[in-house]
Amino acid sequence: MTSTLDPRRKRSTVVRPGDRIFSGLSTSAGILILLVLAGVAAFLTIEGIPGITASPDEVKSGQSFLPYVWPLVYGTLLAATIALIISVPVAIGVALFISHYSPRKLGQVLGYLIDLLAAVPSVVYGLWGIGFLAPNMAPIYRWLEGNLGFIPFFAGPASATGRTIMTASVVLAVMILPIMTAICREIFLQTPRLHEEAALALGATRWEMARMAIFPYARSGIVSAAMLGLGRALGETLAVAMVLSVSAGTVTANLISSTNPSTIAANIALSFGEASGKTVNVLIASGLVLFVITFLVNFAARAIVDRRKDFSGAN
Amino acid sequence: MTTLTTSNPGNPGPVDVHKELHGDQLPRRAPLMVVGAGVVVAALLYVLADVNLLLAALVVFAISLVLPAWSAAVEGRRKATDRLVTVLVTSSFVLAMFPLFSILITVVSKGSKVLGIEFFTFSMRNVVGEGGGIYHALVGTLLITGAATVISVPIGLFTAIYLVEYSEGNRLSRWIRFLVDVMTGIPSIVAGLFAYALFVLFFGEGVRMGIGGSVALSVLMIPVVVRSTEEMLKLVPNELREASYALGVPKWRTVAKVVLPTALAGIVTGVTLAIARVIGETAPLLIIAGATDSVNFNLFDGRMASLPVFAYASQRNPGIPPEFSIDRAWGAAFTLLLIVMLLNLIARLVSYFFSPKGER
Repeated sequence: MTSTLDPRRKRSTVVRPGDRIFSGLSTSAGILILLVLAGVAAFLTIEGIPGITASPDEVKSGQSFLPYVWPLVYGTLLAATIALIISVPVAIGVALFISHYSPRKLGQVLGYLIDLLAAVPSVVYGLWGIGFLAPNMAPIYRWLEGNLGFIPFFAGPASATGRTIMTASVVLAVMILPIMTAICREIFLQTPRLHEEAALALGATRWEMARMAIFPYARSGIVSAAMLGLGRALGETLAVAMVLSVSAGTVTANLISSTNPSTIAANIALSFGEASGKTVNVLIASGLVLFVITFLVNFAARAIVDRRKDFSGAN
Repeated sequence: MTTLTTSNPGNPGPVDVHKELHGDQLPRRAPLMVVGAGVVVAALLYVLADVNLLLAALVVFAISLVLPAWSAAVEGRRKATDRLVTVLVTSSFVLAMFPLFSILITVVSKGSKVLGIEFFTFSMRNVVGEGGGIYHALVGTLLITGAATVISVPIGLFTAIYLVEYSEGNRLSRWIRFLVDVMTGIPSIVAGLFAYALFVLFFGEGVRMGIGGSVALSVLMIPVVVRSTEEMLKLVPNELREASYALGVPKWRTVAKVVLPTALAGIVTGVTLAIARVIGETAPLLIIAGATDSVNFNLFDGRMASLPVFAYASQRNPGIPPEFSIDRAWGAAFTLLLIVMLLNLIARLVSYFFSPKGER
């Protein structure tokens, strides 16, 4: 209760029961959060270990854990990587537009519009992906197969429904756009005004100013924004589960065919309802794998953001 | 464009000072003209040649690229690059708006068909084919999200109070702050699996319960509440606390009677946004709350439907004939989107009208 940092508070020597209860409540709430996070890891491990050690004939897939989970990890990483490749340039462009190209007053409204994208529930993205995007992507896939078929990514045969890993990645790219835009925008706006004005005063065009003043300042922020987006894309479930037409155990670089690898999260959502016995444990174990991957990605991203905070003097 | 004429003995005739300083330039209205021409051409193509909207947008983009080419011919390479980047940055924003409006239009046009009194007041019990409604899912969503709010808000609030008022920057608080940030990135399905793994220990295999969904949603909601509340508490001026201490008010009463009321509008906004974030979560509820066709008011007993899971299941297993079920899926998605947008609007209004003056 007594403070060593703030001499003004040191004088309050009377500690009332109300004080003790209140500070106890808040401290335990803080510790509870740490316990919840530890609990997520602990309970997933407890329920997951029987799944990892289960023998092939005990589970529905008829495979032991590693061969079962490997194609899923591959699908997860593939979909998230493509989503990131599509989304990062757009996010940087949108953030730059809002922070430096559009009029100041308009910028806030445009920011709200982008934030609305973040408010759309994932099941709505799924419905949109399957009801609107997939049918509209199908002709593009046919064209890609016909004209760029020599590239392994577009080898085909092109899916007639458009429910490919490429479509899923586009949906993911839209879903992770708002968070990346929000972070990039914040950081672009924090660029020291003097750097920008110095560049412009030396005769730089607006783009040269962005390249010389904004990007060097914002580089680590952009990296961490991309990693947070990656974390989101890795863990997104429903949109992928609804859009993707899955064949179990596929590992392929072909992005436009109707045989696609599933992702960990989508696979859990699709199989959990009918699972029983050790199969449930296998699914929980695959969830643990996903948790570890996303935790590491988020941990790294936040560590970069935090380190930057210490040195930039932005706050 | 101002033209100054100066008398120059060595060089008779007027000299364009502006031109001398800036070099050759495109007319001021050049961007507007080029993009306008693009829009006109695309609109003509759209009306006359019946090309689809995406292609029309591509036509506008392609014609906009005339601008940097023109600039390269008149103004030189550096300014042409600048104009090219301006075109790219602007079109990336337009590109990002495309899915937003596409989603809104698709959901509204496909979802508004089934909306009606029956849709909101009937469950799906014993409904085959046409008819039925989302009453059971609406009840489930409100109960589950309500319980999640009841769990998350006290924990989140007190954690934020600890971080701002009591921790004084010690190591524990730095860890809590960092891990709360990391927690915001937990995939929703992992939260669902956590709730399942927790409840299995007490209730045995195959457990499905509404309250499990609330626990899973709380895992997703607490970090959002903590972060927004913390930001709001930090905004409360220290002078208010000091004035309160000076009057001999104990610390806990200062927090409860001075700090919290001052930050109330911001906290309500943060909580509303957190609710909006979790009310659309599907994956955890799919795992732990399951799906059912009947109304269930008891969070602690058996399966419980919810709007997002209902939309997902209706689309996934439509039955025969499929169109009625898929219409209902869009209807549920429309309802969900309405609720989420409404919550966002409420949050913004609260923060606009009730924040202390001077903080807007």
